[in-house]
Amino acid sequence: MLTKRIIACLDVTAGRVVKGIQFLNLRDAGDPAELAAAHSAAGADEVVLLDISATHENRETLVDTVRRAARELFIPFTVGGGIRTLQNAGEIFDAGADKVSINSAAIADPTLITQIANRFGSQAAIVAVDAKRSNGSGKFEVFTHGGRKSSGLDAVEWAKEAEKRGAGEILLTSMDRDGTGIGFDCELTAAVGDAVRIPVIASGGAGGAQHFVEVFGDGHADAALAASIFHFGLSSFSDLKQQLQTAGFPVRFPC
Amino acid sequence: MIAIVDYKAGNLTSVKKAFDHIGAEAVVTSDPDVVVKADKIVLPGVGHFSATCVLSNAGLRDAIAESIQQKVPYLGICVGMQWMMESSKEAPSVKGLGVWAGACEHFPAEVKAPHVGWNQLEIRGESRLLKGIPSESFVYFTHSYRVPVIEDTVAATEYGGRFSAAVERDHLFGVQFHPEKSGAVGLRLLENFCSL
Repeated sequence: MLTKRIIACLDVTAGRVVKGIQFLNLRDAGDPAELAAAHSAAGADEVVLLDISATHENRETLVDTVRRAARELFIPFTVGGGIRTLQNAGEIFDAGADKVSINSAAIADPTLITQIANRFGSQAAIVAVDAKRSNGSGKFEVFTHGGRKSSGLDAVEWAKEAEKRGAGEILLTSMDRDGTGIGFDCELTAAVGDAVRIPVIASGGAGGAQHFVEVFGDGHADAALAASIFHFGLSSFSDLKQQLQTAGFPVRFPC
Repeated sequence: MIAIVDYKAGNLTSVKKAFDHIGAEAVVTSDPDVVVKADKIVLPGVGHFSATCVLSNAGLRDAIAESIQQKVPYLGICVGMQWMMESSKEAPSVKGLGVWAGACEHFPAEVKAPHVGWNQLEIRGESRLLKGIPSESFVYFTHSYRVPVIEDTVAATEYGGRFSAAVERDHLFGVQFHPEKSGAVGLRLLENFCSL
């Protein structure tokens, strides 16, 4: 049976994992390659690496980080952050990524989705959607530039557009829930998931196993992503997967 | 030496990296002369079935067909496996290699497509490629079209009905999943291929 995917996310800047791991034990030490390998060995189904600084000066550092992280990683590996052109994407693939995630650049130029899909296949083109609830309307608005700029786009409509243009998956982050640990936004995830035929990866708000049960059930998600709970050791992949299996969701073992 | 055939459909870094990891000598090439001289051939591939047209235009199809005649082991991955069939409903006018009769088909409408993620192998009978890999092992898939279950199917997978996850006849092998992305199970499969 096709399993629900549990994805470990590494937020990096200048070659170091930054989100929520500064106070972690010394074994990890914030090195993306070590953390990627550790998460893979522990049972993560995929690894996503997001360059949250994504500045021009950091491009070379990022490519080097991707190359080091990819070297011994034999599960799907996605890289996002600052990918603005087909050439940027090509560099990331050459360094060993399997998929790229694009966000602001896809909104600025939606043909970028098609360009990447045509050259590298739809399965390699992930469109990241950062969405926030609009007050009282029941709708969700898309933000860009790390959540700083409103795009005016509706999240459901934009996801459909991205699919039409060749996106292979949608990485959907709830800005309202990001970093809160109070659970995924299942209404957002279901609204997008029910509108497209491609897989939707839920992100933002994971605090414990129950939240994954909710987002795979009520949220209709195909995959769910988290960062802090794995880095902090609050949740191990095997415990999480055991609980999902008990709740009736197919998951991949051994992990 | 293993020739990983590059026909500009997707990124072959991961496949090359996996062979490097297990200590196999592999080159990524678009040169028919290199393909003809190789001890083993790997044809990866993602994306659209019509991308395989490049193989004919670049002289690679002839090189692969010639090597197969000489009993050189061949492994098709994803679209590289689908290309071993006669055709695909994704691009009906494009001819596959025709090792097996029949056409690749789309997933039925009742399931989401593409089929993306980790799914299980139901191993059927003897396989040199899957030696040492237990039934129900998880491997990573990402595809919208599939090869139906045929006589030479050595592993099937269930998603909107059963389809071929792996096919095998003599020195010809095809896998719908990505061994280079399937953790220890995938690396074992590649080792099996290398040690043929």
